Amino acid sequence: MKLLNTKSKGVLLGPLNKNNPITVQVLGICSALAVTAKLEPSLVMGISVIVIMALSNVIISLLRNTIPNRIRIIVQLVVIASLVTIVSEFLKAFAYDVSAQLSVYIGLIITNCILMGRLEAFAMSNRPWESLLDGVGNGIGYAWILVAVGFFRELLGSGSLLGIQIIPEALYEFGYVNNGLMMMPPMALILVACIIWVQRAKNKDLQEEQH
Amino acid sequence: MENNLNIFVKSIFVDNMIFAYFLGMCSYLAVSKNVKTSMGLGLAVIFVLGVTLPANYLLENYVLKAGALSWISPNFATLDLSYLSFILFIAVIAAIVQLVEMIIEKFSPALYASLGIFLPLIAVNCAIMGGSLFMQQRAFHNIGEASSYALGSGVGWLLAIIGLAAIREKMEYSNVPKPLRGLGIAFIVVGLMGIAFLAFSGLKI
Repeated sequence: MKLLNTKSKGVLLGPLNKNNPITVQVLGICSALAVTAKLEPSLVMGISVIVIMALSNVIISLLRNTIPNRIRIIVQLVVIASLVTIVSEFLKAFAYDVSAQLSVYIGLIITNCILMGRLEAFAMSNRPWESLLDGVGNGIGYAWILVAVGFFRELLGSGSLLGIQIIPEALYEFGYVNNGLMMMPPMALILVACIIWVQRAKNKDLQEEQH
Repeated sequence: MENNLNIFVKSIFVDNMIFAYFLGMCSYLAVSKNVKTSMGLGLAVIFVLGVTLPANYLLENYVLKAGALSWISPNFATLDLSYLSFILFIAVIAAIVQLVEMIIEKFSPALYASLGIFLPLIAVNCAIMGGSLFMQQRAFHNIGEASSYALGSGVGWLLAIIGLAAIREKMEYSNVPKPLRGLGIAFIVVGLMGIAFLAFSGLKI
């Protein structure tokens, strides 16, 4: 028996490229941009979102036949908010520095449209196993954009990765200067735009018509 | 009073929800295709922020904060319920949005027709939740300061979305490279607007 059939594979791997939550579905941009000034918080944020996505997708998928349609949004919000509270307390206990850097953005995972979007579009109408794959896939699709943006912003903005100096001292003596603009919020937007540009240049079918 | 004005102006220009904190980006990018609908959404955001943020301020200071419950009985002085804040804040926001929607529908059908579709969207707009979380973090002294922060953030958001919508309307006539069309160029425009707004940093009244 194969672990993943073709459909499950598509569910898991689709969000990494053709169906990426950030660059194609335009979900969950707020937190994606704000935490990416350094690589470490981007990694932590990405992992938190993967965990919360996977768990909330499974929980909602298990409950999907018992939730009355009229109050489903509230039920979804309560499930997400409880999971986010757990993750936030966990980070405060075991990784206080990162939790302080992420500040309000951990709490904002609750209103991250990625979660509501996937719950509505997928978990409400699919079985738990597929929902788990969808959650993990979308979480990873979200996380790799974060990590990519965080990587370039930290490398070009402060010359280090995960707090370790990468650009050698000798280069600074030749007059190399860190690009301070990279640490400013607007550069995150422009970097994401560059990722979109590259991605859409490769996948012609994703390009939008002039309207 | 001066302090309130300072918070108001600062939250519009310096701590702009969109350009400094990226809050509410999803609906910001999705709805900013023309100026008229952007105006509607912007007004709805100001309104909902103005109602929910003071409500959450009261909740935070009289129920959730460490020792906040001591007004009921001195025995509660050591109680810290702040781990409940995410769930309660989002519940308050969802409930108020629902309530506001019903009230507007009842008393002003015209306003409902123009704002109606945006209200449910706003319950999950990160700008609203973010406003409450920032309020919690900044520990405002009184409800007046919290309200001026709420209104200022709302106005800043309105300003940002109208600016982007106006630019996108004009951009329809320009020849953008194919892979950048739509989403890509919108990101770049927001980035450039953000760089322009950096000029306001340090502004004080």
